[in-house]
Amino acid sequence: MPHDTLVAAPAAPTDADTRADDLRTLEAGLDRLQTDVERPLPWWRRAIDGVLPPVLLVIVLLAAWQVYTIIARPRPDLAPGPFDVAAALGEAWSDGRLQLAVATSLERGILGFLIAVAVGTPLGLLLAEWAPLRRALGPLISGLQALPSVAWVPAAILWFGLSDATVYFVVLMGAIPSIVNGLVAGVAQVPPQLRRVGTVLGASRLELATSVVLPAALPGYLAGLKQGWAFSWRSLMAAEIIAFGGSIGFGLGSLLQQGRDLADLAGVLGTIVVILVVGIVIELLVFGPVERGLLRRRGLTGGTP
Amino acid sequence: MTDATTTAIAPAIRLSGVSKRYAASSPVVLDGIDLTVAPGEFVCLLGASGCGKSTLLGIIAGLDTASAGTVAVDGRAAVMFQEASLLPWLSARRNVELALRFGGSDLPRPDRRARALELLDLVNLADAAEKRPHELSGGMRQRVALARALAQDREVLLMDEPFAALDAITRDLLHEELERVWRETGRTIVFVTHNVREAARLGQRVLLMSSRPGRIVNEWSVADEGPRRIESPQVSALSVEITEQLRREIRRNAA
Repeated sequence: MPHDTLVAAPAAPTDADTRADDLRTLEAGLDRLQTDVERPLPWWRRAIDGVLPPVLLVIVLLAAWQVYTIIARPRPDLAPGPFDVAAALGEAWSDGRLQLAVATSLERGILGFLIAVAVGTPLGLLLAEWAPLRRALGPLISGLQALPSVAWVPAAILWFGLSDATVYFVVLMGAIPSIVNGLVAGVAQVPPQLRRVGTVLGASRLELATSVVLPAALPGYLAGLKQGWAFSWRSLMAAEIIAFGGSIGFGLGSLLQQGRDLADLAGVLGTIVVILVVGIVIELLVFGPVERGLLRRRGLTGGTP
Repeated sequence: MTDATTTAIAPAIRLSGVSKRYAASSPVVLDGIDLTVAPGEFVCLLGASGCGKSTLLGIIAGLDTASAGTVAVDGRAAVMFQEASLLPWLSARRNVELALRFGGSDLPRPDRRARALELLDLVNLADAAEKRPHELSGGMRQRVALARALAQDREVLLMDEPFAALDAITRDLLHEELERVWRETGRTIVFVTHNVREAARLGQRVLLMSSRPGRIVNEWSVADEGPRRIESPQVSALSVEITEQLRREIRRNAA
């Protein structure tokens, strides 16, 4: 079997130090060959790459919409143009309803989400670490995740009346199952080899949980948090549309409902755009950077921008 | 490393009559293994797939229990696997530090850091200390795993086909690296492999295992005349001899 020699074989056992030096340079050369230096793009380049495509798409969509309203001339009360919608939003802004609605909904959404995290995280850990409980409760949690949380609104109104408690109840029922399931899935997907290595390295149960399993489960947990936020936000909108009046404050869902009562389609479309934009902004400013950082540190970036 | 005078007498590993079957009805995996490894010895455990060599290593490591027989290991053993199994969110240095932190070690943080850097330097990776595993090549990752195993400061180091997934050039260098580390640290090493040349290149003693059931069928001692090379005539001659018997053992399974 021919074997290529890598260095000139030492004729006589030379000095051990020179051999160690030979090995060192040889290894350094091979290391250099086998690792490629990634040159990250400058921040402005990344910003352009990330921002330009969606912005262009929005402009194209708005232009197409506007062209449609000019050419087809639909009834403005059934198909308002972009300028009508902008005007409706401007009106809602000038009488303060828009700011109030955004502030109320954001406050509820964020507070509800944080409560859901505080409840869902320990529950998820308990389920992940205690198999009998997971077997008993797992299907129920998955079922609750699939159950549209709007279904709870009538019951919540009967229990809590038209109060903020109703809104928060519906938000929690929407978000908690996602967070629990995300954490359980994250822990389940920790490679068994990592646990084995932790054991071999002499980790205690607690050290294994805090230094190996939990950090390894972080991507799954984050995915659960992301979905939990999405579910909070959409449950909140549904709850605000249905539960209207009483001591319930004025949120974006209420603004939608008000637009419907006034047959103000431009206002309704404008509100939908605002709800959408809030979702996008939270993703871009909160979850996006956290997720990218987390995945990049683990070399899991793949094709993400 | 422990006191040389005591370890010179007591063996680092002593197995007697170790057998393993996973269930009463399942076939015997290991059958009556007797093995004594002296402190500071480099032993290669060689066999075809399914001969139970990894199971045997697991039993020595305490990851698995024997169905019969006794196992005595000088302290607990450090283990290295085929995959480096580094924690992907930690840098090379922090991965090594983990081994210094686990198990109620009271080494202060700066000392852990210094010791980890020292060990990374031992495997020629001082420059890559702050890199994360995904930025390292397979061979570099295995060297970090070696540094991590050494960080445990255990007398015995068990290696389960640690270089099997590497390319031939890298593997050749890591053989040299491992041999140097072994000579410098005086560890007792049990190295499991299915690569005959690798066993002949590295071991002071090569044990051949048969398959189903796993038994130690032969053993060769290699005169240690300092570092050898995988392409040396000595290694080749031994490889030919071992391969002959390995093939006979494998052929027996055809009947």
